[in-house]
Amino acid sequence: MTETTVSPAVEGSICATAPIGLLAELTHRCPFQCPYCSNPLALESAETELPAAVWQDVLRQAAEMGVLQLHLSGGEPLARADLEQILATATEVGLYSNLITSAAGLTRARLEALAGLGLRHVQISFQDADPINADRIGGAKNGHARKLEAARDVRDLGLALTVNAPIHRQNIANLPAIISLAESLGAARVEIANVQYYGWALANRAALLPTREQLTASIPVVEAARTRLKGRLQIDFVVPDYYANRPKPCMGGWARTSLNITPSGKVLPCHAAETIPGLTFETVFDRPLRDIWLTSPAFAKYRGTDWMREPCRSCDFKEVDWGGCRCQAMLLAGDAAEADPVCAKSPLNGHIRDFATAESTGPIGPFVYRNFRNAKAAGLA
Amino acid sequence: MADEVLAPNAKPRLPNHVMLRQDHGRNRWVLLAPERVLTPDAVAVEVLKLCDGERTIESIARCLADTYDAPYERILTDISAMLASLVEKGVIVT
Repeated sequence: MTETTVSPAVEGSICATAPIGLLAELTHRCPFQCPYCSNPLALESAETELPAAVWQDVLRQAAEMGVLQLHLSGGEPLARADLEQILATATEVGLYSNLITSAAGLTRARLEALAGLGLRHVQISFQDADPINADRIGGAKNGHARKLEAARDVRDLGLALTVNAPIHRQNIANLPAIISLAESLGAARVEIANVQYYGWALANRAALLPTREQLTASIPVVEAARTRLKGRLQIDFVVPDYYANRPKPCMGGWARTSLNITPSGKVLPCHAAETIPGLTFETVFDRPLRDIWLTSPAFAKYRGTDWMREPCRSCDFKEVDWGGCRCQAMLLAGDAAEADPVCAKSPLNGHIRDFATAESTGPIGPFVYRNFRNAKAAGLA
Repeated sequence: MADEVLAPNAKPRLPNHVMLRQDHGRNRWVLLAPERVLTPDAVAVEVLKLCDGERTIESIARCLADTYDAPYERILTDISAMLASLVEKGVIVT
């Protein structure tokens, strides 16, 4: 997809194109405690959450600057009683709205109200196809049963359903059952999303990282299901990138196609961006969203390819995978401007493979569940 | 379903979860679907605007033939193929 520029390049900066997607983290409150949650360890408290009126203003600005798709996320976005007001504004300004939910609080009545306000797509996360294991992983009693009920309501009301299934060492054996579950629920898409290791998932990596053999065994399962379900169920497969040869084009490139706003209003290029020290992120109170997107130093820092060193700079894939993930380069190489070490061209790649092998075949410890108590224990919330 | 064939009397429409709108900033039309943005060309947009679930493919072809003073049979063939590919992509239902 080619994009036109929203304004001439600011002197000394790389020409920015307008973002397509906005991930709105409306709250970090959530009744689930999934140990691979993509929220930062430093969860933002309820008192700091932006009021609906501010979100409404942000959505107007986002639509004006070219955003087309809105992902209402969290935490659990349904924890906000004013979600309806926010959604109504999204619809009014022409945004395509996607609700990313655990299904906690997704009653039939609330879903009907949201559908009436223009919601188009609901993405429900499932922790496993096995209810007992699912509730153990999600840390929420009867969570799985509630998800099944909500998923049926979503289809019943004619909304598109995506089943999001985070995959790891403790549920990868149930992959065929997870795909069957998505099929039986009438989902249009299933995301077989091997966990990516940032934040909470990183803290739980030894309990989550599958072995290379487990991953290898899962690939023909996905391929066979794709053939069988072609035209009925779209299967998106995200591999655990520690075992990939080329890195993922994280976010389609830093500050290139989408942005993320935290519950308190920090504007980020991705949900893990705050793990990179030395970057200062502006908030929706500081400047208009468009100006932050175009000229914020944190957004400009890794946009495009000018920041790259070797082996990225001379790589044929530099505008395909954009050097991989900046946050992962920070975490694993200690410098966000290095190549993502999961790339076979990174000098650190052998080391990544070695510790992935060691960790994934080692003992499985207890989960550090994602909750405010554990965030506090880490000195972070 | 690579060889989807649509009956001429089928009534195509966009499912509830697919949105056709103008993208003013980029001077184009877009079809918005879950995690996808499709960019139909000018001809496809004219067809999609007529896919209201009331008109049949035949009546859409007739309408376009009148508007553009073009041969009906040719249009019917072309738009049937185009709509079949959109059905396969999940952005049109009949």
